[in-house]
Amino acid sequence: MGAWLDETLTWGHALLFFLWGVILLLVVLGFVTYAIFFERKVIGWMQYRIGPNRVGPWGLLQSVADITKLLIKEDTIPRKADRALFILAPALAYVPAFAVLAVIPYTQKLYFADINVGLLYYVALSGISTIAIILGGWSSNNKYALLGGMRSAAQMISYEVPLVISVVGVVMLSGSLNLRSIADQQGDWFWQWNFLPQIIGFVVFIIAAVSELNRTPFDLPEAESELVAGYHVEYSGFRFAFFMLTEYVYVYAIAALTTVLFLGGWHAPFPFLDWVPGIIWFLLKFTSIVFFLFWIRATLPRIRIDQLMGLGWKVLLPVAILNVFLTAVYMELFVK
Amino acid sequence: MIRTEELLLNVGPQHPSTHGVFRIIVKLDGEVITEATPVMGYLHRGTEKLAEDLNYTQIIPYTDRMDYVSAMTTNYVLCHAVEKMMGLEVPERAEFMRLIVMELQRVASHLVWWGTYLLDIGAMSPFLFAFRDREIIINLFNELCGARLTYNYMRVGGVKWDAPPGWIEQVRDFIPYMEGKLDEYHNLVSGNEIFLARIRGVGRYDAETAINFGLSGANLRSTGVDWDLRKSKPYSLYDRFEFDVPLGRNGDCYDRYNIRLEEVRQSLRILKQAVEQFPGPGDVMGKVPRVIRPPAGELYVGIESPRGEIGCHIVSKGKAEPYRLKFRRPSFVNLQILPKLLVGETMTNLITILGGIDIVVGEVDC
Repeated sequence: MGAWLDETLTWGHALLFFLWGVILLLVVLGFVTYAIFFERKVIGWMQYRIGPNRVGPWGLLQSVADITKLLIKEDTIPRKADRALFILAPALAYVPAFAVLAVIPYTQKLYFADINVGLLYYVALSGISTIAIILGGWSSNNKYALLGGMRSAAQMISYEVPLVISVVGVVMLSGSLNLRSIADQQGDWFWQWNFLPQIIGFVVFIIAAVSELNRTPFDLPEAESELVAGYHVEYSGFRFAFFMLTEYVYVYAIAALTTVLFLGGWHAPFPFLDWVPGIIWFLLKFTSIVFFLFWIRATLPRIRIDQLMGLGWKVLLPVAILNVFLTAVYMELFVK
Repeated sequence: MIRTEELLLNVGPQHPSTHGVFRIIVKLDGEVITEATPVMGYLHRGTEKLAEDLNYTQIIPYTDRMDYVSAMTTNYVLCHAVEKMMGLEVPERAEFMRLIVMELQRVASHLVWWGTYLLDIGAMSPFLFAFRDREIIINLFNELCGARLTYNYMRVGGVKWDAPPGWIEQVRDFIPYMEGKLDEYHNLVSGNEIFLARIRGVGRYDAETAINFGLSGANLRSTGVDWDLRKSKPYSLYDRFEFDVPLGRNGDCYDRYNIRLEEVRQSLRILKQAVEQFPGPGDVMGKVPRVIRPPAGELYVGIESPRGEIGCHIVSKGKAEPYRLKFRRPSFVNLQILPKLLVGETMTNLITILGGIDIVVGEVDC
């Protein structure tokens, strides 16, 4: 498919692109549906509960029922809200979340767009979602939503910086911004993957990523016990569903990105396990990251906003820069 | 120059972290609170006025609904006050039953506090852990008096029901179980860095302020004032048992947290001794006249509820109904310090501080 992107656009190609897009959309929607189910089950087990078990066998259709409910719910727009922005915000949040998935390579051959600046593309597009959250908070004309939106803006901006700088080390080691070649260059043995040589960068990346996802312990924008629901407090029905969808699509994106950048993508942990298809390894790593994200939600309390800012600017950013420096020194001394 | 304005934010009465229908109007400068005005009374039911038309036995169910998280202690304070006024003798077995249910209730109440406080701070799981263990106590009460929340268990002169066969053994089995769970709670939560960062040094006040505001319970003891009515002015059978009163030093939310969890341990210690010394079969109801008519006069009795000093002031004219009945509700009194603590804090700390005071809105509004 990468080759087609370079050719002139014909109707046939456009149709193919469209079809691939639809397939990816279906995969993502399927993931979101069952990620929510999985999250509820995992947290349920951790809390001595059963989790959803009524709709369908083992509760498998619970998320489907929830989404159907949201779909047929009345769509309310507050009278004093800024109508145009209020309607725009959920869509604006979702589009970049979906668009960043284009550059994720799943195996050596299975990928959508093979862009040379794939990592940059990911980071740049995911920043747009912040605007959507501020818009949503602002246009709702609700004080809680405004506070949530403002918190979110502050949080996402201050965590995007360490997030980007933490992956610079990986980029330096592999000498490429192309996600496919970054994944490809990681070795056959699991200790050759980026997460061990880049352990500082990996830890910073995970912390910043959790914060970017607005998940516990960094779920301040929607801190339920303080701000009731944060920026989407006035949204209902399918517009609300879009915000939720965005969040889970970002879980998908971040889990996939972590797998590609730090966990060797589709590589098997040992060369003698190479006969197992790469996609299986990718999915295993991907699922463990998703599980990790759900796990900390059941474990940790929420951090305070000033502590969050302090952590971002005073700890993560210097550590990330130090990581870049150490990587540079290492490369100067040993790689050359 | 950017023009900034203060934001007037209405927290409650429908808000997940005000623990009921309690409302605070806060003025926010960014995220910093410049002024806070609590508004109470959304759950006011006029218990004290209603009591003037009821006889003493009829008032007991109303006390259940005052502090609904700790109904046994509110039951007790009324019965105890009337008994003291009339000079009634309570059989030893009944007094033991009362003490056991009150200490179980203290454990249950602190468990509710612990779970909801961590829920406020953003940790979801402890809430379910706490309620799992509280459920055992609730089931014990259910077995005893058929109710899970509003027990209406005590009567003037004794208790309504004797312990069913095997009940005391169940309480005995519960004590080591709960001690294990308490260690588990400490393992899970107490050392968590985020949690410590959230509550250490938050909502600080000194002993003098605490006394001036009339605080009691863990809110007072967190400043280091050794004042627990079970020790300072022993009532019931508390002078027979050995237990410590945990004290804090700094008067912050962290101290209050530790004190409450330690109080659970001390309650279990009392329970252990009470179960051992539990007397053999006997009456659970003393000799009480058919119509309860305390002699004319006034009397104030205070006991230690999980939230602090709960008091009952009876003014009697020698009739079957009180002339005036006044409850000193610890939640209401402890809440008065809130506006002072909130100024200069962030919106997030509002929840931490309010949760740390441990109010029950039913008791605040009465």
